[in-house]
Amino acid sequence: MRLLKLVPDTTNIQFLKWRNLALILSMVLTIAAIALTVTRGLNFGVDFAGGQMIQVTFTQDETAPVEGLREEIGQLGIGDVSIQRFGEPNQVSIRLRETESEGEDGGTANSVSEQITEMITAEYEGSRIDSVDAVSGKVSDELFRAGATALVLAMIAIALYIWLRFEWQFGVGALFALFHDVALTFGFFALTQLEFNLNIVAALLTIIGYSLNDTIVVYDRIRENLRKYRKMDIVPLLDLSVNETLARTVMTSLTTIIALVVLLVFGPPVLFGFTAAMLLGIFIGTYSSVYMAAPILIWLKVGPDSFVPVETGGERAEHQEGYTR
Amino acid sequence: MLNDFPPWKVWLLTALLVVGVLLSIPSFLTPAQREQIPDFLPQPAVNLGLDLSGGVHILLEAETDEFAATRLQSMADRIEDAMNRDDPRIAIGDISRSGGRIAFTVRDEAQLDDAMERVRELTQPVGFTGERDYSVENIDSLQIVVTPTEAGFEAAVDTAVSTATEVVRTRIDELGTREPTIIRQGSDRIVVQVPGLDSPESLMSLIGRTASLEFRLVNYNADPLAGQSCEAPIGSEAIPWAEQTGYQGCVIVQRRVMVSGDQLENAQQGFDSQTNQVTVNLTFDGPGGRAFGRVTQENVGRPFAIILDGEALSAPNINEPILGGSAQITGGFSVQSANELAIALRSGRLPVQLTVIENRTVGPELGADSIEMGALAGLIATVAVIAFMIVTYGRFGVYANIALALNLFLILAIMALLDATLTLPGIAGFVLTVGVAVDANVLINERIREEQRRGRKIVDAVETGYKEASRAIFDANITNVIGGALMFSFGSGPVRGFAVVLVIGVITSVFTAVTVTRMMVAVWLKNKRPKELVI
Repeated sequence: MRLLKLVPDTTNIQFLKWRNLALILSMVLTIAAIALTVTRGLNFGVDFAGGQMIQVTFTQDETAPVEGLREEIGQLGIGDVSIQRFGEPNQVSIRLRETESEGEDGGTANSVSEQITEMITAEYEGSRIDSVDAVSGKVSDELFRAGATALVLAMIAIALYIWLRFEWQFGVGALFALFHDVALTFGFFALTQLEFNLNIVAALLTIIGYSLNDTIVVYDRIRENLRKYRKMDIVPLLDLSVNETLARTVMTSLTTIIALVVLLVFGPPVLFGFTAAMLLGIFIGTYSSVYMAAPILIWLKVGPDSFVPVETGGERAEHQEGYTR
Repeated sequence: MLNDFPPWKVWLLTALLVVGVLLSIPSFLTPAQREQIPDFLPQPAVNLGLDLSGGVHILLEAETDEFAATRLQSMADRIEDAMNRDDPRIAIGDISRSGGRIAFTVRDEAQLDDAMERVRELTQPVGFTGERDYSVENIDSLQIVVTPTEAGFEAAVDTAVSTATEVVRTRIDELGTREPTIIRQGSDRIVVQVPGLDSPESLMSLIGRTASLEFRLVNYNADPLAGQSCEAPIGSEAIPWAEQTGYQGCVIVQRRVMVSGDQLENAQQGFDSQTNQVTVNLTFDGPGGRAFGRVTQENVGRPFAIILDGEALSAPNINEPILGGSAQITGGFSVQSANELAIALRSGRLPVQLTVIENRTVGPELGADSIEMGALAGLIATVAVIAFMIVTYGRFGVYANIALALNLFLILAIMALLDATLTLPGIAGFVLTVGVAVDANVLINERIREEQRRGRKIVDAVETGYKEASRAIFDANITNVIGGALMFSFGSGPVRGFAVVLVIGVITSVFTAVTVTRMMVAVWLKNKRPKELVI
């Protein structure tokens, strides 16, 4: 049986030739993403903005009576309410922003959503309340802080780990790559205005993990090649390392993309933003491992000597043993 | 390589995997099917999160500001009582409660020390540090200032929230729901989780209510106009009428409480035999019944007010002494609201007001839909990845697939053993694991291909492939565990569910993708001694 080879054995693409162009592109994209996030803002869900979200399925109808619903809720005199289709055509999500006066008072917040669910079950026979999320300003502030802390700590902890396992230049490279990935994902959410909720923070942490996974595979090969080819220039050496790991990069990206696309198409609508974020993250993460994490090593002057001080005699002996056995 | 797996090791690993897969089976069964398993067999099953099973998650917070005010008020009342004690009575000025502390002046300087002593007797030690719950100071010659200490306040909140947690538990148990979880969180919060509840409204109105019931005499001397404006004369208190009574303004009552809900033995919903109104029937305990009897005896013909959670329900006249230790209250109840009040009164008063600061309710249908869609996505993703791996790596792809399947079973088994909860993002974690877990095998297999290209013999290529790839696999997975651990410690419910699957998945995938496939490859190489390696 002939097996499938997505990347031919003789592949030798000069990735790093484009590194300056890629750097400019990455910087422009990162700055644009940050600017977009700042100016346009993120569409925070109830997790981070507080307020209520009610999801209703109108089992009796083909499509949800959005207009009628808007009028009925308007009559309750609750204030700023947005109604959107969600998932199936007969499903809607009703979103209430937290008003100033409620502020800390979760009790009021809760009774408002109760008012709406009571109205809907009374007025629309056959409707089904799928979920109610009511989060007070106090809790949403805490969730926001916890999410931000988790993101920052994850980036720092992982960069530290890489610094310990490799060299400081590699830690810096990984940190820049991560910052780039996270910034672009934020930009994506600012652009699409997809709801940014707790799940998205989980997605971001996963992206960080995945991107790092990729970066480490490339770095591990760079380290190995630095020891093996002491005379080689850094640029061809990086190119060689990227090419040698290319088959793996493509394979793993593909299997992960397959899984995520399936989840995007067949999975529950609640997970749409979450899955979309991760799918995007796979692309950005793979790109950044090649074009952010690797070229930074050139600018930070990594060379064959980088590993000499830390490489003890025993380690080298063990390393060579692998080739002589 | 060939001798890395002697028969005993192969048997041991196989046995471990078989046990792992068996342990995952109960999680696939319905509770009814699980009943069929004989009891002597272990039957751990993964818990479903509320987003999958449907149910209510409520976060309650104690109103500490209000609690502080009430606590200060009660201390001021006790100080007043202590000064009025007749051995001898100490004359004092008005007690001020502004600025979060109690201040008053003693009229006669000679009684200052005695007054200080009486206040000190009211304070309690906190912990073992010798600190007390209030500090008592003498300022400006005749003024005494009583300030709550931080430690004392914290201890009081702690006790109140503990009691409140128990009260909430009793109330939910009375509703007869299945397997509620009630956990204290931090210093002033309580998490309530009730799976599969249809109407969260009744739960919410029940657990949130303080249910502080008081009977007090109406101050019939007060100016009727005071009731309109809700301004109470000194020594009295203005209590607003409850909304359902239809009355405007307040009823002016005495400060002293005749008898309170703490002195109840039982409370039941009932009907008035004459008017057929819905009532709540109360039975007082011994001292409560005696106090009620004594006060009603002394005040025949005068009205008293029934006050629930700071609102007056009614103010009937005492027609005759009520000596039997039981009473009946009316106040525009429906059967349901009377029933809820009866439950709340039976379970005791909440020592501190609780507010719902977070409520997440998921209907059972949505949860079932999510499981179905998640399972379908998982299945399709697995089949697609399996096919892809076989096409790409042939025999080694089959090994990777076996490892992948084993991995999924092991994650479930470990989650079941750890009593972890599977949430909707957790299902996404499974699907993602399908994609990511094969990464280790991809790394290994690509490396074997590479080593073979460099001209290594079969066994040598496989050996080197595993050895060289392991380092990157280890480093990459550590970073995933770091991310997952942070997600777990900072995330809430559903996100934690994702982190759990991710972290367990990373650990088990290293075991299945590296150790288990290595074993399969070693056994194959040893038995068949292949001349050619197609990879």
